[in-house]
Amino acid sequence: MSDPGPTVLLVEDDPQIRRFLRATLPAHGIRLLEAGTGGDGLAQAATRTPDVVLLDLGLPDLEGIEFIRRLREWSSMPIIVLSARGLERDKVAALDTGADDYLTKPFGVEELLARLRVALRHRAAAGSGAPASSLFTSGDLSVDLAGHIVRVGGREVRLTPTEFKLLASLVRYAGKVVTHRHLLVEVWGPGAAANTHYLRVQMHGLRHKLEATPARPRYLITEPGVGYRLREEA
Amino acid sequence: MSGEKRPDPDALLAKMREEERSSSRGRLRIFFGATAGVGKTYAMLEAAHERLLGGIDVVIGHVETHGRPETTALVEGLPALAPRQVNYRGRLLEEFDLDAALARRPGLLLVDELAHTNVPDSRHERRYQDVEELLRAGIDVYTTLNVQHLESLNDLVAQVTGVVVRETVPDSVLETADEVELIDLPPDELLTRLREGKVYIPEQADRALAGFFKKSNLIALRELALRSTADRVDAQMEVYRRAEAGERTWPITEKILVCISPSPSAIRVVRAGRRLARRLRADWTALYLEQPRHFRLPVSDRDYAVQALRVAEEMGGETVMLAGYDAVEEILRFARDNNFSKIVVGKPGRFWRLWNLFSGSFVGRLAQASGDIDVFIVHGGREKGAGRAAPAPAAGKIDWRRYAWGAVTVAACTAVAGLMFPYFALANLIMVYLVGVVMVANRWGRGPSILAAVLSVAVFDFLFVAPYFNFAVSDTEYVVTFAVMLMVGVLISSLTVRIKEQAEVARQRERRTSALYSLSRELASTRSLDAMIAAVRHRVQELFEGQAAIFLGGEDGRLAIRGDGAPPSFAQDAKEMAVAQWVHEHSEPAGRGTATLAGAQALHLPLVGSRGPVGVLAIALDPARRPPGPDQMHLLEAFANQAALALERALLARDAHRQRLAAEGEKLRNAILAAVSHDLRTPLAAITGAASSLVSSDDRLDAAARRELVLTIHEEAQRMNRLANNLLEMGRLQSKTIALRREWQPLEEVFGSALHQLETSMEDREVMLRVPEDLPQVAIDEVLIERVLVNLLENALRYTPHGTPIELRASASPGEVMVEVLDRGPGFVPGEEGLIFDKFFRGQAARARHGVGLGLAVARAIVEAHGGRIWAENREGGGAAFRFTLPIKGEPPSVPAVPREPGGDT
Repeated sequence: MSDPGPTVLLVEDDPQIRRFLRATLPAHGIRLLEAGTGGDGLAQAATRTPDVVLLDLGLPDLEGIEFIRRLREWSSMPIIVLSARGLERDKVAALDTGADDYLTKPFGVEELLARLRVALRHRAAAGSGAPASSLFTSGDLSVDLAGHIVRVGGREVRLTPTEFKLLASLVRYAGKVVTHRHLLVEVWGPGAAANTHYLRVQMHGLRHKLEATPARPRYLITEPGVGYRLREEA
Repeated sequence: MSGEKRPDPDALLAKMREEERSSSRGRLRIFFGATAGVGKTYAMLEAAHERLLGGIDVVIGHVETHGRPETTALVEGLPALAPRQVNYRGRLLEEFDLDAALARRPGLLLVDELAHTNVPDSRHERRYQDVEELLRAGIDVYTTLNVQHLESLNDLVAQVTGVVVRETVPDSVLETADEVELIDLPPDELLTRLREGKVYIPEQADRALAGFFKKSNLIALRELALRSTADRVDAQMEVYRRAEAGERTWPITEKILVCISPSPSAIRVVRAGRRLARRLRADWTALYLEQPRHFRLPVSDRDYAVQALRVAEEMGGETVMLAGYDAVEEILRFARDNNFSKIVVGKPGRFWRLWNLFSGSFVGRLAQASGDIDVFIVHGGREKGAGRAAPAPAAGKIDWRRYAWGAVTVAACTAVAGLMFPYFALANLIMVYLVGVVMVANRWGRGPSILAAVLSVAVFDFLFVAPYFNFAVSDTEYVVTFAVMLMVGVLISSLTVRIKEQAEVARQRERRTSALYSLSRELASTRSLDAMIAAVRHRVQELFEGQAAIFLGGEDGRLAIRGDGAPPSFAQDAKEMAVAQWVHEHSEPAGRGTATLAGAQALHLPLVGSRGPVGVLAIALDPARRPPGPDQMHLLEAFANQAALALERALLARDAHRQRLAAEGEKLRNAILAAVSHDLRTPLAAITGAASSLVSSDDRLDAAARRELVLTIHEEAQRMNRLANNLLEMGRLQSKTIALRREWQPLEEVFGSALHQLETSMEDREVMLRVPEDLPQVAIDEVLIERVLVNLLENALRYTPHGTPIELRASASPGEVMVEVLDRGPGFVPGEEGLIFDKFFRGQAARARHGVGLGLAVARAIVEAHGGRIWAENREGGGAAFRFTLPIKGEPPSVPAVPREPGGDT
């Protein structure tokens, strides 16, 4: 039997969304498992070990956060959260509890597939045990983590230590959203977790050094109210 | 004239009120007798049994059987409330349980001994107050009362029997009772019953026979009881005649002013005044004129006046407190201004005789100056064996130090005079002493100054008048000098003291007036409820040196504390809340310093506006100090009245505002419903249509047509999503459930995320960005400002032709940042620019297109929540310009560098 493709567990109580994904994902080589409740979702996650979990935050029987907490007790499988617009706090809470990424409803298939690809790649990298490549490239941007060298279109850009640390963090999670809190803790330490303002100022500097049009960034994407995402381009 | 026969409207109104009152109120029946033992309780129980047979829910609240067998037999047939067990100073007492009675709500309740005084921790001091509350709650009450307990007859009874009864009941209770049944028993028969042990158990009976129950006493008491009942019948008759004939059978022309002084006789004067008023059917007012000299009296004496005023209020009189210097002048002025026809004063006691030598007798002057006003002088002796101990004689309070200072001043004058003696005439030395007397009068008051005057004359004679060092006088002319010197000294001292005291009175008056004035000015100038509450609390706290709190009644009648800042700790106490609630429900003051719930920490005054109770003003005064005196109470009540009216005004304004808002909200809701249902159905129709063709005729459609249908579905779904987003955002903004999460940040970042969000729909547009590098940071809620930008950009995309450019600019000016979204579309029809931010407005050009126009309204709400402005105008060279500003307040926090890691460099 050839590679059956990745398995995705969808935990969602709305039958229409399930129906839509059931019709779409297999066409892209993805096996779909469905769970209508949080309890069923946790059970299937344990017994059928999917590669990615797609989790709706508004489940009838279990708080989404609680689901993530319970799953994270024993598994590091990627979780992508589905939630409505305007509920930024819930998203941040989910991400800080251990979710890997999120998608705002309504979403398109392309968007969903892009998120799934990033999640699967990160899982594969983590699973292989090999150290992540020290060289990251996206479009014109290349970052040599080991050599502390950043280039845009072949030209070397000088960054301050803080800016580099920040960029390095984003590279580590390239393609995934990283919350403000997470970045602050990684760059400034746990004492600075609430000082979002530090982050915005450094990000502003970083954009002016790396982006052609800082007000319309190509790589350093803002997720309003949540965090940042380093966009990967082929 | 026929007009004279017409019923007086005031009287009719009063009668209507009376009827209205009695319809919801319980009915009170009093079994009234001359003394104990005439069979009141027995009669009450018999009547109760009759009512019980008539199907009425009769319950015994409290009945005292005194161990009499017949009475006990009657009690046994009736259900009774369990008494409240009260532990008072180690003794277990049984008390009538008011709350149980209110909870039980019987049709008829029996409460014996109306004049009873409750155990101190009860809600009311007296049982008749309990009964009053029961009646107000709509419960009928039967009760018993002896004539000696009637307030206005109290001293008559004391005179007749020699026994002072302390537990008195206001006459109004008897007068307003719905029925009074006189239980009469001839004295001989009563005495027989007493001897037979039917009234008291035998050992008590002997003692009673020897003391109170003398035949002469019984006859007198019986007469009083009969007369009281007859008076009542008479009054009823008058009311009846007046109502029937619709005719004024007598005019109320008499008004009686009862003047009280801070002396033990005050209460007696009040009772006498009240008896006179009843007989003349006159209105009456008790007046306490507080004079400066009263401040020097012992506290217990001043309490007599307070008590007398309270008694007057209980007996249905009005009470007035004035401050003034000259009693005669002030009393007559008040009497003339208010058309009093008679003045009642107490006969002065011995105490004042010395004073009268100087100023003439008060009563004499009053009689002389009163003109056409009758003056009645009633016996003003002390209450024999009155409950209060006689105050210590004033001499005990004399501060000898003041007198010592008087003597010292004279000594100082002597020293000065001694130095002057060789050079100046004797007349000038006298002047030195007079100056000394004035100084003493000014500094230490009347007594010391008189002492100084006398001492001055003596020392002057002894030292400076020949023969020296001898009181003898060689020249008889000096006798005249001494006499004049003494007179002038005394006169000057008396004038000086008088001026000082007048100034003191004026100061007191001024303080009260100005406090009231400033409160009313503050209340008039504030509109918000919280500001008013703050003003009242502030003034009350300032003036009464205690903590004040204001409770306002909610729609459900429950009180809640109102006002900015932390409420005082006492106001959060559940017990105090309960007192406040009681006050609110009954519109009567309670708490410390009153007769109701006196154990409370604070004094609670009802705030009653023109339309009913508004709330409660509670004041916790320093527990170490005396409860507020009558002057303070009056001032507090004046404060409470002003506050109540102002608060009521504010509450009414708030209600009106709410109603207007509700009406507007209703209009808006209807508009939204209409618009939304239209705007939801249009895309739904397109989606349904497209989807149904795909389902039913898939095989007949070519690839291009299928793609067209699918695109329609996709686009219309996105449109519905936008609408839903804006509706939700609007709802949240309007319900004010979202708080802005402001954070300092470069605006650039928000531009980026807004453009990122619209990436796909802007593919065919050229976007020109102009953001200066040094654009200052702003404190904004990025999620909301992003929404503003998205809405403005979407608006531009929707209403301008494909392919035309869109510009996004930011610029800074002092204190604010301006953002512009510019297009090269058709622009606005003149006059529309200001309207487009209204909900559901769509420009003329746009009317044919989609959208309820909620996006711009959402943008405006968000910008305004940030304290900025948003507007639109036509652009030079064609197109529309949308601009908004965001204020910059304060400075962004600084950012520390990350500590360098060892070996880390770039």
